Amino acid sequence: MTSTRRRAGWLPLALFVVAAAWPMIAEMSGNPFWTVLASRMLIFAIAAISLDLILGYGAMVSFGQAGAVGIGAYSVGIAASHGLNEGLIVLPLAVLASGLFSLVTGFVAVRTRGVYFIMITLAFGQMIYFTATSLSAYGGDDGLTVWSRSTIFGSGILEDERVFYAFVLILLAAVWVLARLLVASPFGKVITAARQNEARVESLGFDIFAHRLAIYTISGAIAGLAGGLLANHAEFVSPAYMNWQRSGELIVMVVLGGMGTLFGPIAGALAYLGLEHVLAGFWQHWRIILGPLLILVVLRAPGGLGSFIKTRRT
Amino acid sequence: MSLMLMAVQSLNGLQLGILLFLIAAGLTLVFGVMDFINLAHGVQYMAGAYFAVTAWLLTGNFMIAVILALAASLAFGLLLQWLVFRHLMGRDHLDQVLATFGVILTLNEAARMIWGPSPLSLPIPEALSGSIVLMPGLLYPVYRIGIIAAGLAVALLLWLLIARTRVGMLVRAGATHAPIVAALGINIDRLFAMVFGFGAMLAGFAGMMAAPILAVEPSMGDNLLILAFVVIVIGGIGSVRGAFLAALIIGFVDTMGRSFATDLMKLFLSPSAANDVGPALASMLIYILMAVVLFFRPAGLFPARGT
Amino acid sequence: MKKFGVGALAFAAALGIAAGSAAADDLKIGMMLTLSGPAASLGKHVQDGFMLGLKEADGKFGGVATEVIVADDELKPDVAVSKARELAESDKVQIVVGTVFSNVMMAVAKPLSDAGVVVISPNAGPAPLAGQGCSATYFNTAWQNDNNHEVMGQYAESKGFKKVILMAPNYQAGKDSMAGFKRYYKGEVADEIFTQLGQLDFSAELARIAAAKPDAVFTFMPGGMGVNLVKQYSQAGLTGTIPFLSAFTVDETTLPATKDDAVGMFAGSQWAPNLDNAANKAFVEAFRAAYGYEPSLYASQGYDTAKLIDAAVKASGGKLDKDSLVKALETASFDSTRGSFKFNTNHFPIQDFYLVKAVKNDAGAYVTEAVEKVFTDHGDAYAEQCKM
Repeated sequence: MTSTRRRAGWLPLALFVVAAAWPMIAEMSGNPFWTVLASRMLIFAIAAISLDLILGYGAMVSFGQAGAVGIGAYSVGIAASHGLNEGLIVLPLAVLASGLFSLVTGFVAVRTRGVYFIMITLAFGQMIYFTATSLSAYGGDDGLTVWSRSTIFGSGILEDERVFYAFVLILLAAVWVLARLLVASPFGKVITAARQNEARVESLGFDIFAHRLAIYTISGAIAGLAGGLLANHAEFVSPAYMNWQRSGELIVMVVLGGMGTLFGPIAGALAYLGLEHVLAGFWQHWRIILGPLLILVVLRAPGGLGSFIKTRRT
Repeated sequence: MSLMLMAVQSLNGLQLGILLFLIAAGLTLVFGVMDFINLAHGVQYMAGAYFAVTAWLLTGNFMIAVILALAASLAFGLLLQWLVFRHLMGRDHLDQVLATFGVILTLNEAARMIWGPSPLSLPIPEALSGSIVLMPGLLYPVYRIGIIAAGLAVALLLWLLIARTRVGMLVRAGATHAPIVAALGINIDRLFAMVFGFGAMLAGFAGMMAAPILAVEPSMGDNLLILAFVVIVIGGIGSVRGAFLAALIIGFVDTMGRSFATDLMKLFLSPSAANDVGPALASMLIYILMAVVLFFRPAGLFPARGT
Repeated sequence: MKKFGVGALAFAAALGIAAGSAAADDLKIGMMLTLSGPAASLGKHVQDGFMLGLKEADGKFGGVATEVIVADDELKPDVAVSKARELAESDKVQIVVGTVFSNVMMAVAKPLSDAGVVVISPNAGPAPLAGQGCSATYFNTAWQNDNNHEVMGQYAESKGFKKVILMAPNYQAGKDSMAGFKRYYKGEVADEIFTQLGQLDFSAELARIAAAKPDAVFTFMPGGMGVNLVKQYSQAGLTGTIPFLSAFTVDETTLPATKDDAVGMFAGSQWAPNLDNAANKAFVEAFRAAYGYEPSLYASQGYDTAKLIDAAVKASGGKLDKDSLVKALETASFDSTRGSFKFNTNHFPIQDFYLVKAVKNDAGAYVTEAVEKVFTDHGDAYAEQCKM
């Protein structure tokens, strides 16, 4: 356990340094496109962190997280189609909209446990997916082009890929720090404790339902931020962002990287998307490689990719 | 007129429900007895359909194809169990979800490589082709009545197996008190493998029955898997009786929603708005139903682990 | 991204490391199609058709060494955007041939046009890109999305059908299909049935149709959904009594699965294997020989796209900058498998459209067959909104 903690200190820092230098590496190696690719990975890392908050700490396996991401994306897309482009308005709007969605659906979902929770979050995810496909004013299933990226104080600096990358990286770091503070706080402790022994925490006088609903809402809000950024990155929003396969991929990222670590999901998102990009690059049947890889990771490294490092150290 | 339509739609709902039950029964058995979430159940359904098509191409006889495909489904299920699933027994649900998700990716892609991306088909056997006149002016395909009959027969067989046989008793006991059953000298691993193989065969059978009316293509099991999960969650996980009832409810609600939601909306909304809202609502209906059921009964209609 | 001709470097190239083998004045074409997932079969037809065209040009369009980089968009718009930008910024392609699906097209149109890449769509032709959102660098060699639905509308009108039921999945393309049909059909639309995307069982809808007894049914039900519908329609005994008019539902990608169930059903198309011209005869034979299956309209579109690029590069004298390419493409003349073909002011085709019917041919294969010409030199309804 101590080795894990020590590792948790330097590894994120090292990764952050590499991430900060990434656009420079990309340009120097003559591949400025790598920055674009990396922005996308970081955005999914934010979504994966949001899922880890409930999945890793609250044992709430949400199969509808992509729905919250999609609401964030659509908030930015719809606002942009009405001429509202200011990032300092639309990104908080995305956070609020997704947070609100999670709060409302949470009232029903958080009451359930285990597989029932999986299925009810799936149900809400599907409902929002079908709603998006029927929004014919906003492109329906064809999706909606976001004609320009969000502005910051009216300036279009995010159009520059390197600036956009830095913007996403800063937000990712902020989300990561916030999430760490949250799980270390008394509030977070209640949630972790309730995962292990619900009755005892209840008997201590804590309202578990309220705590879980709160973390579920926060998680949805962060997913909304990821969605808002995704809309900006692709300059396009589509119902395809919120179908259940996407939620499944997010779970894979979290579990692959190591759930309940906050850092693991970041690594998981990078690994999964990186792998997908490379494999899809050289063979159209790449899923037949990814599938067995996933099975192997589960069978050989139950704690996610992080446990490879841990077993080597001990 | 509209009464006749209602009657036919009820029959359609029943037939969809039966098909869902065939898939959900295996899923809920494996889940209830072994506490194992098998997302790969959908690809076993797909495998059954592909096996049947291949066997039919080789033999040209529907009945022989079905028998061969049943055997292949069983063997395939046991192979998967031996290769992957037995290592996941007793593991965290999330590990099972992840690993079986990997199995889905692998097998969908394998099907695409072996049989190609275009849909295939299995023709309806001569004896079951054509339609019969249910009421003057309304035809109903014989094959669909065949599906209903086959599904009801399987349901009856399952009930007999579980409630009336020694194996069924062991399965029921194993679900709730696995260590005790093992202590009594029963090989629990073999019992579980048997349940698993049987579940795979049920899924494969559903695929074969569906093959003549649905396109046989890679990923054909993905959407049905989700529906099957909706069914077993509403029914109460592990309860075959619950799955049966929930499958019929879902089949009925979905069919009725698709037939009448838009017309119903036209009573409240303008026609163009109703055309937007109606179909979306029809798609959501079963999920809304699930949310409502879970709101009032967080463990499903028959929270019946082991009974 | 799969590289052809630099196989050994494919892996390195996939990582984005510049292959460095192509000289500056070579032609690089990015091919973005949906090649994995449930909807992969159309992409395969387009790809095979295109590659046949490239092979017939000895791998050199217009005599210029040509490298094709294939990218699978996975039918995910955000993945497609990322890969499109990689093609433009990393691989530095001059032309992107793609996409299969309209929602992917809408997602990649802006980034590719921003990057100054010429886009030639061998399939997807969404209305916004044909009308106000048209662009000098966007070409379409297939059709505007509404066209094949309009064919069926015109046919239903000319046959004097009084009462028709329309059915399509509940998504944008489905709504567009009904709008396209109604642009030319003026009779009564008894019912508009919207089904779920990916729907498996159509018994509820078929019961409604049987009860309403219309003169005809018009439907747009692509891929596996169409296979299900066709089989169930035939099993319900409706084929003989209520004519089945369709678009993108009955074609050579689905006929191997529907076989006899589809025989006698109608579709609107700009191409059929029996179109009587020399280019088409040669294409159908060469395609069968090369791939061992029947070509579809999608395959013909891929093939025509290759022939178009071949002619354009020849006409531009090997000049591959954006402006020369656009100019050459606009006026390039080639022997299309459809006979007459030219570009409209919005860079969409002006061509003939046919009523086609599914048949079993003498060799025992299930194919479509043109039975009558419905439109001559037909453009699309959006061209006049295009200010280029």
